[in-house]
Amino acid sequence: MALVKTTLAALEQIQEGNARPSRAVLFMQLSGSDPDLRRTAALELAGDIESVAELLAQLADEEDYAVRQAIVSSLAGIGGPSVVEGVLGYLRSDDASLRNDVIDLLKDQPDAIAPHMPHLLADPDPDVRIFAVNILESLKHPKVVDWLIAVIETDRHINVCATAVDLIGEVGDARARVPLARLEERFADEPFITFAVASALDKIAA
Amino acid sequence: MKRVLIIDDAATVRMYHRKILEDCGFEVDEAVNGLEALEKALTTSYDLFIVDINMPKMDGYRFIAELRARDEFSQVPAIMVSTESETKDSDRAFAAGANFYLIKPARPVELTTSVRLMLGEPA
Amino acid sequence: MLAPTVAAAARRIAPVTPAQASDQISEEDFLKFREFFYRKTGIYFEESKRYFVDKRLVERLAATGTASFREYFVNLRFDTRGAELQQLVNVMTVNETYFFREEYQFKCMVTSLLPEIARNKRPGEPIRIWSIPSSSGEEPYSICLYLLEHWPDIANYDVEIVASDIDTDILAQAKQGIYSQRSVQNLPAALLQKYFKKTRTGDWQISNDLREAVDFTQCNLSDPLSARAYHHFDLIFCRNLLIYFDDVSRRGAADVFYNALNPGGFICLGHSESMSRISSVFRIRKFADAIVYQKP
Repeated sequence: MALVKTTLAALEQIQEGNARPSRAVLFMQLSGSDPDLRRTAALELAGDIESVAELLAQLADEEDYAVRQAIVSSLAGIGGPSVVEGVLGYLRSDDASLRNDVIDLLKDQPDAIAPHMPHLLADPDPDVRIFAVNILESLKHPKVVDWLIAVIETDRHINVCATAVDLIGEVGDARARVPLARLEERFADEPFITFAVASALDKIAA
Repeated sequence: MKRVLIIDDAATVRMYHRKILEDCGFEVDEAVNGLEALEKALTTSYDLFIVDINMPKMDGYRFIAELRARDEFSQVPAIMVSTESETKDSDRAFAAGANFYLIKPARPVELTTSVRLMLGEPA
Repeated sequence: MLAPTVAAAARRIAPVTPAQASDQISEEDFLKFREFFYRKTGIYFEESKRYFVDKRLVERLAATGTASFREYFVNLRFDTRGAELQQLVNVMTVNETYFFREEYQFKCMVTSLLPEIARNKRPGEPIRIWSIPSSSGEEPYSICLYLLEHWPDIANYDVEIVASDIDTDILAQAKQGIYSQRSVQNLPAALLQKYFKKTRTGDWQISNDLREAVDFTQCNLSDPLSARAYHHFDLIFCRNLLIYFDDVSRRGAADVFYNALNPGGFICLGHSESMSRISSVFRIRKFADAIVYQKP
């Protein structure tokens, strides 16, 4: 017994078959009962636009956390309008971790999510509006600042505005100065807004 | 000095809570999600956790559940702070193992009173 | 290997005096940058690092031809490809490899990880360790030395060590196993005597036995096809590499590791790295010497 060497050739024997299974086989594995196989299948389907419907269907039922992460990661890799439309509904999910995974996915889809942004920011549910602002956090889109300013000028829910202020400070756009001052007036008796606006204005001035 | 870990993905919220608690003489540390908080808790000892719900990588419910599953943290109090004001949200927070539930944004006195209450200190 | 080369190139920049640095980067700028960099990379700069950070920011301002921090920061935030953030990571982190670097993890390996792994092995079943990126070989050979010197159970188990890197030149160098005095300076003299021989040029070459014990292979973590061949590992060392990856590549690498590990297998990252910004599929384990991630 000691340090022993396996060669790459031996390594390749260890793994069960190097060839990629067919799409049909992967779809079967994806909805099967073995979580390891479901996860591997989900990862193998990354980049395969033909598999969006199956991945979305499995996401709806999937209870294993690691498998769900793999599905979200493969969907993120495929991207585009069909993926974005397919996952948008999960922003309303009761499952916080699924919601947050979906927010992460949407942040990387500037072109596909942009057309939905106005609706999301006007959603009757303040939590959905907060998630919409969360998506803006890392969204590389030229309209981000305009959307954020619109939120702090018009949104009546304090936590939606607060989330937007957090981000405005980081973006640091001078156009936000006056809207920030108006926001502070709107929520004059809320110490958190006073604090957040002051800190955003400091960052903008920097 | 009591040490508090603030877990929130929003920088402004962390700064706000930090200021309020530091002004009252608490030592404060920050984490941006549940996983990072868990890592910090494994290397530093905290007397209290203040936990947001919606965070990337590991949300507040999962964080508290993970905390309660580990012997060394099973008794450390956790206050959940959330933008969600429905009863079902607070029910879920308590079910996960939270000891107190605050709705955002918390006013300074709400935060300090609940923190002291959790730590068994006079308000 | 990717990381040190990029970092070394990025550091070839004219020095900046302290006065210049603090003139251009205000306290507010520093705080704003610190928060952003922390959120993106998980690396947090204490106040005491202010000078170090300012100096490198001023270097990047100069290198990108940006007039003010403000302008630089806007470009940084909206740089879709993340190229400038990558440059910053390269200059803000110092990466060199040498024997017994971050030795606490090797200690953790022999005192905590291997005993736990060994408990679950059937008789005759090997323990498999993957070192990636292997760079010029210091890490996988350090693992060998630690096993031979500090893990008595090596007498009872077969251990296979696979060491991979994306760069075939560096792999060739690793197989040669020749190191400068500087690279071996952390090794106890007794180990140097026992496992190395001095070359005519004053360098140190590691023994043939050890060179033959490690399987060096080329692997690109960002290429699923290349990574698919790696399976059934009990322990992975991937230190100071993911820090140089963007978010998507990091998640991809975490998936590769998850697939490559046996259930219950461990992964050790570098001291400034954390899975907490990458993926939550691993469990965090705390041992006496280190924090390690485990596949459930």
